[in-house]
Amino acid sequence: MSDLSSSAAKHASRTRWLLLTPALVILVFAASGPLLITLVYSFLTAGAYGGVEWQFSWDAWFNVVFERDIFEDTLGFSDAHLSIFWRSVKLSLLTTLFCIFFGFPTAYFIATRPKKQRDLWMLLIIIPFWTNLLIRTFAVVELIRNEGTVNTVLMALGIIDEPIQMLFTEFAILVGMVYVYLPLMVLPLYASMERLDFSLVEAGYDLYATRLKVLRRVILPLVKPGVIAGSILVFVPSLGAYVTPRVMGGGNQLMIGNLIELQFGQGRNWPLGAALSITLLAIVMIALMVYVRTAGENEVRHG
Amino acid sequence: MTPAISARDLRKVYPGDPPVVALDGVSIDIRDNEFFTLLGPSGCGKTTLLRMIAGFEHPTAGTLSMHGENLLDSPPHKRPVNTVFQSYALFPHLTVSQNISFGLEMLGKPADEIKATVDEMLALVKMEAMADRQTSQISGGQQQRVALARALAPRPRVLLLDEPLSALDFKLRKEMQLELKRLQTETGITFIFVTHDQEEALTMSDRIAVMNAGSVRQIGQPRDIYDHPAERFVADFIGDTNFLAGEIISTENGHAEVRLTSGKTVPAPAPEETQSGRKITLAVRPEHAGISAGNDGLLSGDLREVVYFGTDTHFHVALDDGTAFVVRRQNRPDVASDLQAGTRVSVDFPPLTGQVLRD
Ligand SMILES: Nc1ncnc2c1ncn2[C@@H]1O[C@H](COP(=O)(O)OP(=O)(O)OP(=O)(O)O)[C@@H](O)[C@H]1O
Ligand SMILES: [Mg+2]
Repeated sequence: MSDLSSSAAKHASRTRWLLLTPALVILVFAASGPLLITLVYSFLTAGAYGGVEWQFSWDAWFNVVFERDIFEDTLGFSDAHLSIFWRSVKLSLLTTLFCIFFGFPTAYFIATRPKKQRDLWMLLIIIPFWTNLLIRTFAVVELIRNEGTVNTVLMALGIIDEPIQMLFTEFAILVGMVYVYLPLMVLPLYASMERLDFSLVEAGYDLYATRLKVLRRVILPLVKPGVIAGSILVFVPSLGAYVTPRVMGGGNQLMIGNLIELQFGQGRNWPLGAALSITLLAIVMIALMVYVRTAGENEVRHG
Repeated sequence: MTPAISARDLRKVYPGDPPVVALDGVSIDIRDNEFFTLLGPSGCGKTTLLRMIAGFEHPTAGTLSMHGENLLDSPPHKRPVNTVFQSYALFPHLTVSQNISFGLEMLGKPADEIKATVDEMLALVKMEAMADRQTSQISGGQQQRVALARALAPRPRVLLLDEPLSALDFKLRKEMQLELKRLQTETGITFIFVTHDQEEALTMSDRIAVMNAGSVRQIGQPRDIYDHPAERFVADFIGDTNFLAGEIISTENGHAEVRLTSGKTVPAPAPEETQSGRKITLAVRPEHAGISAGNDGLLSGDLREVVYFGTDTHFHVALDDGTAFVVRRQNRPDVASDLQAGTRVSVDFPPLTGQVLRD
């Protein structure tokens, strides 16, 4: 009797594992595997023509933040790397802020349309998203390059005499990223606003709150989950962005993504590229932890 | 004395295809410190009128003033009017006491005054023990009280209540009816209360406006409206009524002599403009009529059905002219019911208990 039931249990557990296999395989090979390889590579020596030599070395990690002057043999912070980190974080934060700034009214507008119209408005937001990233980025280039639409119009109107150099600046990267990632902000914001009970907004007005007060004291706290989700969805890919800074920054305004690519390509320093990748991952994780924690604290404090 | 709220010829047409006429020329004067009820069937425009007073809807035409001052130019947050929403609309991210203090904070009251008022309000609605609960952690009846406290806290001049009791079960509803009445008397604030429950309206109100299809059909005290309905719709909507065809023989200061189809005559109150010779409808409440075996009453007919209801018995009579008539008699254990279905009966009602309707 007990034999029978224990063998049945064994059988059940075997079936369970069997059913889990596809998920496990994907997890091991697609997620943990590459990450592990990257981690291992970051502790190896760079091969002369790319690739790695199987020899343990701290060099890559060392080079992430430090730099040895070849002529004087002194040690210093790697200004180039640090400024790229700083630019990446700064631009990603700004991108997130601008996406909230533009995405919030957009989502609010759509959520307050009659039900039948909402899907159409959402479609208009999503369509660009179905378009190739490169094409969308070049569309922005077309707008802001020296002979582009904005400069042409401004010059035709006589507002400026010479084109304003916008392309290949941080400003250009910011414009490009905000444009590219805006739908990622609008979608979760819209989702939480659509669920918003607008009688609460009326209750706010009824209780003597001005428009701004209603926004701050009623709407914002209620759609906060959407703001948090949208911020994460925008901030994370912004930090690792590669195409947009490449095209809009023109190769002299690098972000982390470009730096990593450089190490695996021209730089032929795979371990450094691997170490930089892990660093990027760490920055994202830390940023998320800080953000979610502060956002969560506010929640508790407010009620 | 200037009325607390004065509406003149308010019209509201919602655009659409076809456009919806939600209010079709509403004129109402609501007095200060009054418990005023808007009563009417679903879709008659009660909520629209209330939202107009709160400032959430703008009339297509007409004027609206409060204590003699034009209301229509001020936005909702500038009107000294608060609303208890049908769905309560409590802020889910705030606690019970934070909900109650919201309006006071928006008005920029000092912190100690806010605290004192919140405590007072919590006591008023007996919710002191739940001050720090989330609004999702209290029952429907308790949410109702919080919504009430939140709306009362800023001391509005007028409180609007849109079917605040409709989500509650029967017993709680009865309790809250008394409670609302008590709060209104204690605070002295003008209440404008919306309901489609006639019994609720009759028990709580100082005055009632009966609405139908976007217009006000009758305004009066509960007793007035019940005893002297002005027209068929009002008589039908409030309480049960029998309608009898009749003809006016003569009129004399508000009373008319009415000849019924049986040929007998009976005096009944009638509207001013009633003229002799007119065919009219006479409304008679079932409980005002009596029934007995025989043929010599005001009206006679065949008893079709006797329905026992515990407190009273309903006698369904088919009058000789074909009209259906219901008589309601209160039951008493010491009085046996003698009448059986199928017998000839006569139906009577005392002079001045019927009401001549304006058609
Ligand atoms: N925003 C709107 N757009 C179009 N029509 C509307 C709108 N709001 C209300 N109506 C219509 O106006 C009429 C009056 O509506 P209202 O909500 O005032 O009725 P009500 O008396 O409160 O009914 P209920 O007892 O069901 O709450 C209805 O026919 C309704 O369909
Ligand atoms: Mg309504």
